[in-house]
Amino acid sequence: MTPQSLIVILYKKYSIFVKGGTMKTREEIVKDFPQSQDYILEILHALQDNNPYNYLTPEDISVCAQYLNLPYSYVEGVASFYSMFSLKPRGKFIIRLCDSPPCHLVGSESLLEYLKKKLGVEIGETTKDKLFTLEVTSCLGVCAVAPAIMINDEVYGNLNPEKLDKILEEKRGEL
Amino acid sequence: MTIPRSHVLISVDANSIIAGVKSVESALIEELRKRNLDKEISVIETGTLGIIGKGVVMVVYPEGVFYGNVKVEDIPELVEEHFIKGRPLKRLIIEATPPTFISREEVGLTKKQTRIVLKNSGVINPESIEEYIAVGGFSALAKALTEMSPEDVILEVKNSGLRGRGGAGFPTGLKWEFTRKSKGDEKYILCNADEGEPGTFKDRLILEGDPYRIVEGMALAGYAIGAKVGYIYIRGEYKLSIERMQKAIETARNYGLLGENILGTNFSFDIYIRKGAGAYICGEETALIESLEGKRGIPRIKPPYPVAKGLWEKPTSVNNVETLANIPDIILNGSQWFRQFGTEKCPGTKVYTILGNIINAGLIEVEMGTTLREIIFQYGGGIQDGKKFKCALVGGAAGAFLGEEMLDVKMDFDNLREYAAVLGSGAILVMNESACIVDMMKSILHFFKHESCGRCTPCRVGTKKLVDIIEKFAHLEGSEEELEEMEKISLVMRDTSFCPLGQSVYLPVSSALKYFKDEFISHSKEKYCVAGRCKEKKVLVEKI
Ligand SMILES: Cc1cc2nc3c(=O)[nH]c(=O)nc-3n(C[C@H](O)[C@H](O)[C@H](O)COP(=O)(O)O)c2cc1C
Ligand code: SF4
Ligand code: FES
Repeated sequence: MTPQSLIVILYKKYSIFVKGGTMKTREEIVKDFPQSQDYILEILHALQDNNPYNYLTPEDISVCAQYLNLPYSYVEGVASFYSMFSLKPRGKFIIRLCDSPPCHLVGSESLLEYLKKKLGVEIGETTKDKLFTLEVTSCLGVCAVAPAIMINDEVYGNLNPEKLDKILEEKRGEL
Repeated sequence: MTIPRSHVLISVDANSIIAGVKSVESALIEELRKRNLDKEISVIETGTLGIIGKGVVMVVYPEGVFYGNVKVEDIPELVEEHFIKGRPLKRLIIEATPPTFISREEVGLTKKQTRIVLKNSGVINPESIEEYIAVGGFSALAKALTEMSPEDVILEVKNSGLRGRGGAGFPTGLKWEFTRKSKGDEKYILCNADEGEPGTFKDRLILEGDPYRIVEGMALAGYAIGAKVGYIYIRGEYKLSIERMQKAIETARNYGLLGENILGTNFSFDIYIRKGAGAYICGEETALIESLEGKRGIPRIKPPYPVAKGLWEKPTSVNNVETLANIPDIILNGSQWFRQFGTEKCPGTKVYTILGNIINAGLIEVEMGTTLREIIFQYGGGIQDGKKFKCALVGGAAGAFLGEEMLDVKMDFDNLREYAAVLGSGAILVMNESACIVDMMKSILHFFKHESCGRCTPCRVGTKKLVDIIEKFAHLEGSEEELEEMEKISLVMRDTSFCPLGQSVYLPVSSALKYFKDEFISHSKEKYCVAGRCKEKKVLVEKI
């Protein structure tokens, strides 16, 4: 068994998150924030960041709801509104490709087609090896290096198919 | 203490991070140390230097030599040549001065210096409060707290004529006065850093390049309106902005410039950051407030306006980052000083992002009233590849297409409105003769469909219908009736949508049809697309 799959089992079964030797439960994660509704997005960000599949599980929602004393459905409703949150499992790397006018003008659409083909997925889908999820997003605010994508927290710009290939290889190597 | 003989300013912003600035910087520091130059030459991280698309960029002072596309491998040679032999390394020099650094004198436009908002960006280390203070930072706050009443501050801002840079151009002083006069024990100042208008990244560069300016601007606003607490709502993707702002707030607290009894006065004020989570509509002020309260970001009914009932039903002033960045200089230098820049009704400067088929893409700050021609051809260096100018989309996706005959309009909030256009966020997307308007419209309409919050029917249904129609033209189908339908739908949306998101779709649609109706028709009738992008059947990959 790879460490990766052990981490996933620990997470799913005991909501223990292993990151650089520290273990944090969901309850510990939320305790870093004041118990006030205006921290809901921060808490959801923190929970999602700690999920190896980059999404909010029903347990995440429920821990957040209990902590903030809000109905489960309410928290779920908030999470579903914002495009950075997902309620479905995603890949380890979320590729968000910008297709707003400045990126579109310089060819983001052909990059999208290239990625779809290369990864064998449609928009919103995850590759079979659970590594990459392909999403299309609105302007990322880095139009100076259009066309641009974001993979998890990192921005990549001035892209072409060759550069994309290199980036995807790099990401695979990070495992 | 020895005084360094040279300073190397390295631009650390989201763009250069992509290009690997961190490893280049450590390589440089290491190399200088190896050669015992580390005491003589100081390496300073700064915000953007305003040069875009040139990888890792640095400038060496006092010579003022700019290097671009610097890689780790280049460092030994660079140090050897520049710092030991004392001659600049030609191979890496970038000749074009960045647009931000072009003063109007240099391009022969007027004699006025025009950097207010970006004055410190790329000049000081954005993480150092000392450097900010050394260039006059927090003097305005000190002046206000010791010499001026809150009413004086409001009067100064009112007299300056400053208007909101978030897009609507509402007079800032007036907004503050309303908030101050609204009844309520608690009041809030809310800085809008949700920047989501396509083509806009000025607020990000201000936050990355000069975060203390926003701390000071917010504190001044808080003093003026009577708020003890301010929030800054930063979009979730702006990692570096969030980090720099967080650090600036903490340092300011340690220096007693935020917190209880600032500078020994009765004024207490603090700032908290909230992170967005990806929703363009949250830039709209009432949606922003909803989101900050921990809800779905759906706009509220106005009135009541936020100045009367905003965050947690308390009087709230929502201000854009660039707006607040103007405040310290207005308070320090006075409204008369500010009014020497810009136009009568829109004093001051405007930060624009120029993008697309242009030679020097980037960020510039110029006086209000500067024409599109000056911006594109003087500051932006003209159209790429010697092609002809076709049009510019000004104001982002919610902006209008401006054709050739609009090049000489003096751009400010009012002048553009006269031509059914808007200044908006200041994004200028330039298109050359081989860009396809149908293809651009497709991207714009998909954007609106994706970002419609779904609260009201005209916008929810209208954006879907518009996308259906434009997709037809993008596949070389469609009819003239459908073009009329497109204009009609957007008109209904303008008149009946609940918030400005739905209302503003009319601008790009009507302006595209005004200038380029023929192009739409030739798509359907002659199956012709200038860019060769619109194709009858979906072609998978254009060029691999
Ligand atoms: C759909 C929509 C998106 C907006 N996005 C932003 C934004 O990203 N940043 C911003 O400052 N204002 C944005 N605004 C304008 C705000 O509602 C508000 O007018 C502004 O923040 C007020 O600040 P100002 O007076 O300093 O301009 C947006 C408005 C709408 C309708
Ligand atoms: S106009 Fe669009 S964004 Fe605004 S409230 Fe209606 S559906 Fe939401
Ligand atoms: S348009 Fe793609 S990052 Fe702004």
